[in-house]
Amino acid sequence: MNALTHYETPLLQTPFHPRTAAANRMHSWGPWAGYASVLTYEDLAMEHSAIRNAATVYDLCPMVKYRIEGPEAVDYLNRLTVRNVAKLTPGGVHYTVWCDDAGHLIDDGTLFRLSPDRFRLCCQERHLPWLLDSAQGFEVAISEETEEVAALSLQGPTSATVLAAAGFDVSALKPFRMTRFAFAGGELMVSRTGFTGDLGYELWTTPDLALPLWDHLFAAGALHGLRPIGSDALNMARLEAGFIITGYDFTPAPQCVREDRLRTPVEMGLGWLIDWEKGHFTGRRALKAHRPQWAFVGMEIDGNIEAGGAILYHDQKTEAGVITGACWSPVLKKSIALAQVRVQHAAGGNLWAEIYALRELHYAKLMMRARVVDRPFFAPDRRRATPPARF
Amino acid sequence: MPSFDTIVIGAGPNGLAAAHRLQSAGRKVLLLEAAAQAGGGAAALVPLADGFAPQPLAHLSLNLDPRVEKAMELSRHGLTWAEANLATTALSETGAHLRLDGPAAARISGPLPEADRQAWAALRARLMRFAAVLAPLRQMPPPRLAKNAGNPMMKLAMIGLKARMMGKAEFRELLRMFLTNVHDALNDELSDPLLKGALAFDATLGSWLAPRSPNSLLLWLDRLSGGTAGVQGAIGLPVGGMGALAAAMVAATEAKGITLRCNAPVARLLVEGDRAAGVVLADGEELRAPLVLSTLSPKTTLLQLVGPRHLDAGLVTRARHQKARGGVAKLHLALNGPPDFRGADLRSRLLIAPSEEHVERAFNPVKYGRTPDAPVMEVLIPSAFGPGHAPEGKHLLSAVVQFAPHAPDDPDAARAALLETCLRQLESHAPGIRDLVAAADLLMPYDIQARWGLPGGNWHAGELSVEQMLFLRPLPGLAQYAGPIAGLWMGSAGCHPGGGISGTAGWNAAEAMMRAPA
Repeated sequence: MNALTHYETPLLQTPFHPRTAAANRMHSWGPWAGYASVLTYEDLAMEHSAIRNAATVYDLCPMVKYRIEGPEAVDYLNRLTVRNVAKLTPGGVHYTVWCDDAGHLIDDGTLFRLSPDRFRLCCQERHLPWLLDSAQGFEVAISEETEEVAALSLQGPTSATVLAAAGFDVSALKPFRMTRFAFAGGELMVSRTGFTGDLGYELWTTPDLALPLWDHLFAAGALHGLRPIGSDALNMARLEAGFIITGYDFTPAPQCVREDRLRTPVEMGLGWLIDWEKGHFTGRRALKAHRPQWAFVGMEIDGNIEAGGAILYHDQKTEAGVITGACWSPVLKKSIALAQVRVQHAAGGNLWAEIYALRELHYAKLMMRARVVDRPFFAPDRRRATPPARF
Repeated sequence: MPSFDTIVIGAGPNGLAAAHRLQSAGRKVLLLEAAAQAGGGAAALVPLADGFAPQPLAHLSLNLDPRVEKAMELSRHGLTWAEANLATTALSETGAHLRLDGPAAARISGPLPEADRQAWAALRARLMRFAAVLAPLRQMPPPRLAKNAGNPMMKLAMIGLKARMMGKAEFRELLRMFLTNVHDALNDELSDPLLKGALAFDATLGSWLAPRSPNSLLLWLDRLSGGTAGVQGAIGLPVGGMGALAAAMVAATEAKGITLRCNAPVARLLVEGDRAAGVVLADGEELRAPLVLSTLSPKTTLLQLVGPRHLDAGLVTRARHQKARGGVAKLHLALNGPPDFRGADLRSRLLIAPSEEHVERAFNPVKYGRTPDAPVMEVLIPSAFGPGHAPEGKHLLSAVVQFAPHAPDDPDAARAALLETCLRQLESHAPGIRDLVAAADLLMPYDIQARWGLPGGNWHAGELSVEQMLFLRPLPGLAQYAGPIAGLWMGSAGCHPGGGISGTAGWNAAEAMMRAPA
């Protein structure tokens, strides 16, 4: 490890770094969970366009991953998270969240059931102490495996075709399922998951096979428009898909300083995840007693100025909430946003976004109509079609 | 199979008091006890030698709750005091003992400087006044910090008013002394080592604090808020020993028609639909009731009876981290004849605590899991007060020994080492006593844990210290006696206001249960 020289490289490099650095024509880097992560390789519009029209590769390595295994792993995860893990069959993946005792959101993540009693939990924040504390009384072993896994997200309408060209036939793979292939003397696990709301896969292997995997994919994808994308393009795609990011769309409970920033799953529009019948889970009693104060909604904003951070007003007068993520959607040709609103405004109506538009060094204050709409904003049928269409 | 509407787990003083209170209010109570005999820390359970009476953990009564004593009609059920105001002898190795008579050393005879005599009178009066002001807090649920929490505002206002009515100077003194330590408070006023030793010993008895530990004075005030037969600060010894007090409490519950089952250890709480539904005994038997009151320690109740699966992860962590270290060992000796503590009155409480520094030094090694070379102790010779404890001509010695490690590396070696230093310490104060010893038994904190289920062997089923008092006891959010699961209540010494053979926590819990909406 790099314990003694950490100050020289305050951001770690992922196993794909030699390739991502070479491709990062704009030298545009940002920190993600302690790793250097590409924001935009070359051109944001082209990268977003590739997600919706071709295929893209995104370096997922910084995502925090925990290995959870043992004969009571299911019981443990049912107590930890709000969803019913017993319904997740081996080879399956589901999206879930977990709360503290007060029912406030700690994080969201995807849970992979690798075998009957072995799981991988992928998430945004680090939680090892919480996961270990939660393990008291359960026969389960928990360890962080972020550095033991090299992962790429392969997303876009031609992604299945790219995989086929690479020798990995995923035509039968359904959404939220995974499969395994032999690769370069090791193993490649492919799950039909992603953060774009499009057809896409996530590829999991060991760090030693990271560069061979990258090279193999790009050789296979050359004729299918494959290109690497950075976090900026992915962020636009996830907004179009209506997905939230911990720390952006809500503040995780352990980091909240201000009491009124705490949010329950219900307040973040995630109440549908909760299985009230499965038995006790951390935060259950608090959630049962809690009356939601907030709602989480998708919005379309008049005009074409990105509305990130805008304060929402009812009748242009009283504060009603805040926009947590927004972009101009190239696919929809609309200004879209995700927002926390006070619960009485969950259905919308007479809401306005106060947007500051920077025009040649001067801000223009705009009060734009903000309409509550259903999420996802963009949900092409191809994201679920099995087998996926060929290109 | 008779049906019950309330199951009380644990027939110690708290369980007995709570069961009695609930049954008196018309509930149908089943009282379950793991041991062969009810009474908890007061039950005479520890065998010593042929012809000698089994001994209880607690050998004196400090804070029997007057509500419990009255409502359970303990005197009608056999409780009489051999001494309702036990004198204390602070033993000197030279025989220059101090005799402390009256409640909380009201009168001192022996070689004491006149300045100390006067200073103690003033300090004692002040401490007793402070303790009396705070005493009503013991008999109510801890005040809550939350908004609109439904605190008993009148009672709290009365406490505040009484504190303020002591006058500006005394009120300021209360605030100054409230969180100070025993060592500093003593040395501000007194000079005589023997007197300071005796007071420092009493002040820290049963806690995991030494005289110099921050906030230790509060524990002393807590002790002084107790009393016997209506006299504040008086120490009581029942006729027949503390076992007789336990027996009176048991007789009172039986007279109430409460079903008491001994040898019935509870393995876990039965939880159905996120509500307490009864208990499962160690042998698998299921007993059902919509209300369950556990007077086992909060740690045991939460981590074992309920278990992590029915609790939030954060609460489990807090329960695990609740401090529960016991620093007291219990020594029993069977003696072939009367010991001679250089002429000290055997019908008094004999303290071996030569100075407050000795008390502190006895604690130092315990912090690191080792045993002290010169333990301090409270010695009682029950057989000197009446028959029934030892065969004719023989005597029984019961001693509370401070301090003892609760988790040493080698428990058996630590027990042997402390027994040896205890005997040496006794020999130096009662020459020849070692030759009288026919049998010896030392219960270390871990032995106390094994026998009475007190975590860490702590007298209070969870340390009593300022950070674990009032609304922080046993844990923030659980201080109102209601457990984390509907239908489950907690009323052990680990709850407010703490331990002792008082029944207070159990009584408070029973009252809270009766106030709760059905």
